[in-house]
Amino acid sequence: MLDELTAALAAVLPADSVITDPVRLRTYECDGLTYHRATPGVVVLPETAEQVARVVGLCREAGVPFVARGSGTGLSGGALPREDGVLVVTSKMRRILEIDLPNRRAVVEPGVTNLAITEAVRDQGYYYAPDPSSQQICSIGGNVAENSGGAHCLKYGFTVNHVEACEIVTPDGDLVTLDRMDPGYDLLGAFIGSEGTLGIATKITVRLSRAPEAVTTVLAAFESIERGGEAVSAIIGAGIVPAAVEMMDALAVEAAEAAVACGYPRGAGAVLIVELDGPAQEVERQFGQLKELCSGAFELRVAAGAEERAAIWKGRKSAFAAVGRISPAYIVQDGVVPRTSLPRVLAEIDRLSAEHGIRVANVFHAGDGNLHPLVLFDDAEPGAGERAEAVSGAILDLCIEHGGSITGEHGVGVDKAKHMPRMFSQDDLDTMQLVRCAFDPAGLSNPGKVFPTPRLCGEVPGVRKGAHPLVESGKAEQF
Amino acid sequence: MLETGVTVRDPGPDDEVRGVLPRHVALPESVEEVAEVLRACARDDLAVVPVGGGTKLHWGPPPERFDVLLDLCCLNQVVEHAAGDLVVRAQAGVTMDALARTLAAEGQELALDAPFPGGTVGGTLATAVAGPRAFRYGTARDLLIGVTVVLSDGTVARSGGKVVKNVAGYDLGKLFTGSQGTLGVIAEATFRLHPLPVDRRWIVAVADPPGVAETGSCRVRELASALAASQAEPSAVELDWPHGQGPIWMSVLVEGSAAAERAEALAGLMGDAVRSVREEPPPQWGEIVHDDVLAEVRFEPSRLTAVLDAVHYSGFSLRGSAVAGRVWLELWGDPGEDRTVAALGGLRERLTPLGARMTVLATPYEGVDRWGQVGSLPLMRRVKERFDPGRRMSPGRFAGGL
Repeated sequence: MLDELTAALAAVLPADSVITDPVRLRTYECDGLTYHRATPGVVVLPETAEQVARVVGLCREAGVPFVARGSGTGLSGGALPREDGVLVVTSKMRRILEIDLPNRRAVVEPGVTNLAITEAVRDQGYYYAPDPSSQQICSIGGNVAENSGGAHCLKYGFTVNHVEACEIVTPDGDLVTLDRMDPGYDLLGAFIGSEGTLGIATKITVRLSRAPEAVTTVLAAFESIERGGEAVSAIIGAGIVPAAVEMMDALAVEAAEAAVACGYPRGAGAVLIVELDGPAQEVERQFGQLKELCSGAFELRVAAGAEERAAIWKGRKSAFAAVGRISPAYIVQDGVVPRTSLPRVLAEIDRLSAEHGIRVANVFHAGDGNLHPLVLFDDAEPGAGERAEAVSGAILDLCIEHGGSITGEHGVGVDKAKHMPRMFSQDDLDTMQLVRCAFDPAGLSNPGKVFPTPRLCGEVPGVRKGAHPLVESGKAEQF
Repeated sequence: MLETGVTVRDPGPDDEVRGVLPRHVALPESVEEVAEVLRACARDDLAVVPVGGGTKLHWGPPPERFDVLLDLCCLNQVVEHAAGDLVVRAQAGVTMDALARTLAAEGQELALDAPFPGGTVGGTLATAVAGPRAFRYGTARDLLIGVTVVLSDGTVARSGGKVVKNVAGYDLGKLFTGSQGTLGVIAEATFRLHPLPVDRRWIVAVADPPGVAETGSCRVRELASALAASQAEPSAVELDWPHGQGPIWMSVLVEGSAAAERAEALAGLMGDAVRSVREEPPPQWGEIVHDDVLAEVRFEPSRLTAVLDAVHYSGFSLRGSAVAGRVWLELWGDPGEDRTVAALGGLRERLTPLGARMTVLATPYEGVDRWGQVGSLPLMRRVKERFDPGRRMSPGRFAGGL
């Protein structure tokens, strides 16, 4: 079935833009979440929006599912390919089309990396605010799909707050522009963060931000995570909105030290990184307050300049990869709790960790309660992987119990679709599905992601008999 | 008719929507009662218009059909204010003023400027009105983090939650914000909050409209772009141009730590245009003054001069943000149907070539092109069909007849 489509795809795309060679296909078998793998049926590398539209149109005619992929750095399997489908890779769409400083905008193709935008305007005193840790390689198209955040989203918000317009290819294969200025429903807001299930972004207008006049980065070392938590509460309670508030526990600090020798204070039970930015006078005044509020710290370092700031951030930014130094295998979790619940949730994670004999290193965006527990295990040890999975899943349950979310920034993807019914009711999910059905009635755009086995568009709620038609046709998996 | 346990009363003259009187006014007191009313309406195929404070009910075209006014005034509880988490959950009928008072008691605010007293959380979201500080904080959809909606068949659905950082599932809040009651009823909303600014200053300045200076330069635009690029970070730059004639007033808001010093620095930047730096807002700050005839214009800030030119001598008063590219055009007084329709048509003709989008939010006269070109209308229609297949929710009240 794919052979015919492959030939049709080759006819509308430039030479060497359709990959069918099994060895080359395997390059694309997973994204940043490597334990979900599938070899795509065929990979295409379009160079223009029109080519993407043709590809999607052909998929639709053939009834074949398609999945979009940017740089493949996603951590929830959102770009996991379909063996029976087409993987649309945007890596050839890398042009910055327009930089418009008077209107503080840039228009870019989806394959442009996040950092490339900032690099293009930095000298003029502007930057693109959302800064996911993978910003050197992750693509803007992927950021739009995932509604990516970053360490500084506490103050500046997420991708959705910084995108003015998107040209998209709808699952029907039509090129449509969704613009914040247009009257009518905010389809742009609904599209961003829909994880590729409502179509493919082919041109993105982002808002550029003026670089702050002053930035002050402070590292505070505390004896315990409780002490660090108290300082965070005090900062927020004082009415300060820092650009970032990050925390790492002793185990995460140990890993970072082993990996990048970041030189964080020895013996710290918790390290807190607080970044203030804005007008110089405001930052200066808030910094004065901050020193008082962090009086429980046994050591306080202040970065004097960009180099020292980078040194402070180095340990934090390398934390995920760093745990590889202290553990043969690990799971990166992403959950959110109301910030004030952090102490209780961290204590419960400790308890889970002890109970299952599984170490957990905690790295988190403390300002907005976004936890990234790193669940460590030895994959050579029988049963350890299962116990780590159990701990990781239990942490998500904790997040839901405390009124939080199963994902703050990594997305649901294929990884957490099964957790969605614990966070949302069937009515909630069915209502979200109405949006899906409006955009993609045939269910071909990244099927099997975000939602556990959805109802077919037009299907009446009720008892289902036999296999689900989407499951039967291989377009969805049952969890 | 409308047999539910919910309080229902007969309509009075105040319950008209653009001259159409409903048959019933329903007064639900809980989300479940909203669902009960909508289920009953679905059963009997009754058309519904939800209303909060009723301050903007005369906006938009009349409903195609109209049986039940769903008055959310009794859904007036601030359900949860988690001050430590900078989050509040409120029912749709809570007025923005009442919400502000509750939050201020804890030194916090919802950084969303409501243009009228008496407007509610639900109405503010449904109309997506934006005030001066949208330049800094974004609009309603940027501050909304969770929503509970009731669909036309009575289904109660939530999306988002009560944590700011959350990417699980589709964001129904964005879809419902600005949907003018045509997709369902917004019953509850959760917002992210900000600390109340420790200090505020307003710089009031005045400048001639474009075309008056012999140099051909536009002082307003020069000031606006300097302010937008300033690292002193003003929260708002508002224009006030009564009748689109004479000098243009500009008010710049600086909030937060060191507001006085930052305002002084900005005033220096603005030079001899500055009239005063004050601790209180200028009169009618962020308010819509007259909305019998009201249009909203959105444009790229670099087009400011041309937008001002288009409004000059049009008879419309211009109020709104010079830096966010979003202004209100108000007609003060009623020149009658023919002249109103002609004036709005003339404005659209001049603004459209600038890439500006003009939406006529309120006019007593039909025969006006309210929306202009609506991009992606086919997709919007499909969304409407899925959410409200029976066309019972505020039918015909929104762009493209949605």
